[in-house]
Amino acid sequence: MLLFLFRRLVQGLAVMFVISLISFSIQDNLGDPLREMVGQSVSEAERQALREEMGLNDPFLVQYGRFMSKAVRGDLGTSYFFKEPALQVIMDKLPATLELVFGATLLIVFISVPSGVYCAIRPNSWLTRLILGVSILGISIPVFLTAIFCIYLFSIELGWLPSYGRGELVSVFGLWDSGFFTKDGILHLVLPCFALASIMLPLFIRLIRSEMVEALHTEYVKFAKAKGLRKVRVYFVHALKNTMLPVLTVGGVQIGTMVAYTILTESVFQWPGMGFLFLEAVHRVDTPLIVAYLIVVGGIFVIVNTLVDILYGLINPTVNLARTAQ
Amino acid sequence: MKKILKSMAGMVLATTLAVGAQAATLKVAYDSDPVSLDPHEQLSGGTLQMSHLLFDPLVRWDKDMNFEPRLATKWERKDDLTMRFHLRKGVKFHSGNDFTAKDVKWTFDRLRSSPDYKAIFEAFAELKVIDDYTIDLVTKKPFPLVLNNATYIFPMDSEFYTGDDDKGQPKDRLVKHAGSFASRNASGTGPYIVERRQQGVRTDYKRFADYWDKQSPGNVETITLTPIKEGPTRVAALLAGDVDFIFPVPPNDHNRIDRASNSELVVLPGTRVITLQLNQERVEAFKDKRVRQAINYAINNKGIVDRVMRGFATAAGQQGPKGYAGYVEGLKPQYDLEKARQLMKEAGYEKGFSITMLAPNNRYVNDARIAQAAASMLAKINIKVDLKTIPKAQYWPEFDLRSADILMIGWHSDTEDSANFTEYLTACTDESTGWGQYNSGNYCNHKVDDMVRSANQETDLAKRAAILQDVERTLYEEAAYVPLHWQNLAWGAGKGVQAESVVNVMNFPYLGDLVVTQ
Repeated sequence: MLLFLFRRLVQGLAVMFVISLISFSIQDNLGDPLREMVGQSVSEAERQALREEMGLNDPFLVQYGRFMSKAVRGDLGTSYFFKEPALQVIMDKLPATLELVFGATLLIVFISVPSGVYCAIRPNSWLTRLILGVSILGISIPVFLTAIFCIYLFSIELGWLPSYGRGELVSVFGLWDSGFFTKDGILHLVLPCFALASIMLPLFIRLIRSEMVEALHTEYVKFAKAKGLRKVRVYFVHALKNTMLPVLTVGGVQIGTMVAYTILTESVFQWPGMGFLFLEAVHRVDTPLIVAYLIVVGGIFVIVNTLVDILYGLINPTVNLARTAQ
Repeated sequence: MKKILKSMAGMVLATTLAVGAQAATLKVAYDSDPVSLDPHEQLSGGTLQMSHLLFDPLVRWDKDMNFEPRLATKWERKDDLTMRFHLRKGVKFHSGNDFTAKDVKWTFDRLRSSPDYKAIFEAFAELKVIDDYTIDLVTKKPFPLVLNNATYIFPMDSEFYTGDDDKGQPKDRLVKHAGSFASRNASGTGPYIVERRQQGVRTDYKRFADYWDKQSPGNVETITLTPIKEGPTRVAALLAGDVDFIFPVPPNDHNRIDRASNSELVVLPGTRVITLQLNQERVEAFKDKRVRQAINYAINNKGIVDRVMRGFATAAGQQGPKGYAGYVEGLKPQYDLEKARQLMKEAGYEKGFSITMLAPNNRYVNDARIAQAAASMLAKINIKVDLKTIPKAQYWPEFDLRSADILMIGWHSDTEDSANFTEYLTACTDESTGWGQYNSGNYCNHKVDDMVRSANQETDLAKRAAILQDVERTLYEEAAYVPLHWQNLAWGAGKGVQAESVVNVMNFPYLGDLVVTQ
């Protein structure tokens, strides 16, 4: 286990190094940061002077070296727009994104598990057909359309839910501002979480259904039924437990995708999280922030994948972690 | 008589307002946020909108593009070079300090060190303090735009910005890429003070209790400003009643806001002109005036306004919009396909040629679609256009390199004056003066340059206007570039928000004077 973790750490660092190199080398193609910082009528000479002052005229290796020597000390540069350390800016927005992802995950779990199981148990009922039909629709509609439709229906027409932002927040132990503890905050969470969940829901419903169908045909489920165990117990303990392994693996991979999709969801709902921050940073050519974001998200991917592997090992002890890492 | 009527109307208005004028809260959503609380850090719409809330200019534009006294109560011309301003007495800064001439001098000197504002204040020699409430603005040469530039002087609290901050940096430090005291703290004389600010997320303003302008009907006690980047989200927030005032409203949503019972649309003709420049250095044919004219005749400005902009623009035949000094009534957009073909034939390009065209796709309203429309119109006179549209972040470096045969550029005059258009867009490129910095057409006519130069020293405004009109006429006849249209401006306002009385063509709504009834 320790060996596995150590290998993962080394791999992770290598990945981060490559990400930093790539993101640092594409920054010249993102545009001219000065253009976003100065008014249109500022002369070329003035801009050159500023570029020189900011070290943007130095050769690539000099700039990269300067970046790396600071990065190893935890300083990923200073955002041009926020004028604060880029890492700090991202960490300030992280809770908002995590809450969004967390809310969406809750929705996915609480909707996909029961409906997936139901569809497996009652393959021919009209509700099953409805669920599967809607989920096909869900797969084919892009997330921002879902989001805009939700806003139109629930905010404008019905007036039930707020259309943008996070609403009233409560500070939790002074660590982060959370929207989970006020009515207003939760109301603000509903639509963005649903929009974000909508991309994954169909996938998980279908996955759980097909795994469950398979599990229901196994000998031990038939045996358990024959033994006269209660149906609920058979379905939810015996069968479901074994459908969860592949679901967990897919889920781990999908968390990364979900973080990526927060960019779309956050920008439609003006959600002040990391994804929205990143999109804005691209528009503003805030290169230090772009580089820092890519590194942080890369880090999240590495950590999540490691956790999934560990969890996998715990649920299914026949998997040898140290060997799979080779 | 007119004056009496006006003041009577004002009194009636004031009494009716006094009945319904309770302190109100206003939730505003713009598409962008000022980069800093420092009014001198960036010359942008966002900064100016903020400056009118936190600070007050010496003078400001009114609805009819006249000057309205603010911190300067009157002004008079002393001689060719000097304009004297009398300052308002009894004005307090947010910090409690008194506002005097030394604050204006301090602000003026700081402005001239700002990379963004330097060019605007280039014409000035100095600001002389005569006494506590009198200053003289002295120019190097006779200069007609002193008042235009005075709209940029938002006096800052010199005492408040003196000394060192907790990082040991001077409080008046002016930097773009690192935080400074002035970028996080502000003390002006304006109607609002910043209560809380989360950059890029939300800013809360509270009305300044000691604000000098007690005549102002404004009754908005607190303002919450949320930048909402996405047009549809901004519109949805207004329709859902989550915000009360938005800008801009995308053309596609105008009808929705107009029709909705709880919102209204306010539209003004804007002053930003959208143009295409024909690069004569890259394309031999563009050196021929007949080809340039043919292109002007082939592009249907009115059609673009109607179809692409959905009527939300004014077709242009010149640079400066109506109301500007150089505006000439008779210079209408040209569109005549037959004539265009005829001119191409005369120039020997009947069979046409192929060119490249580059336009941004997220800078101006519908920019990419305008470019597509123009390209397809040029196909009708056998000019094949290879069009590429890219995001503005990548567009500007390409524009600086003048790397396509036709480039799109929009321009709004910082000084609200016609000469500014020529200085940047159509003058011969001169790196030492900065003239022609955005002239990617490489059009060069020294006669035009001389005319603008003499206009810039003409303090008789009627004579000056005549010169600038001549400039517009010459550029029109020469087909120096392709004018397309002036973008309109549109705000969306919730019920009870009397937006119409505070918005203006420069797009810095005077929210301090806004009245909200419930």
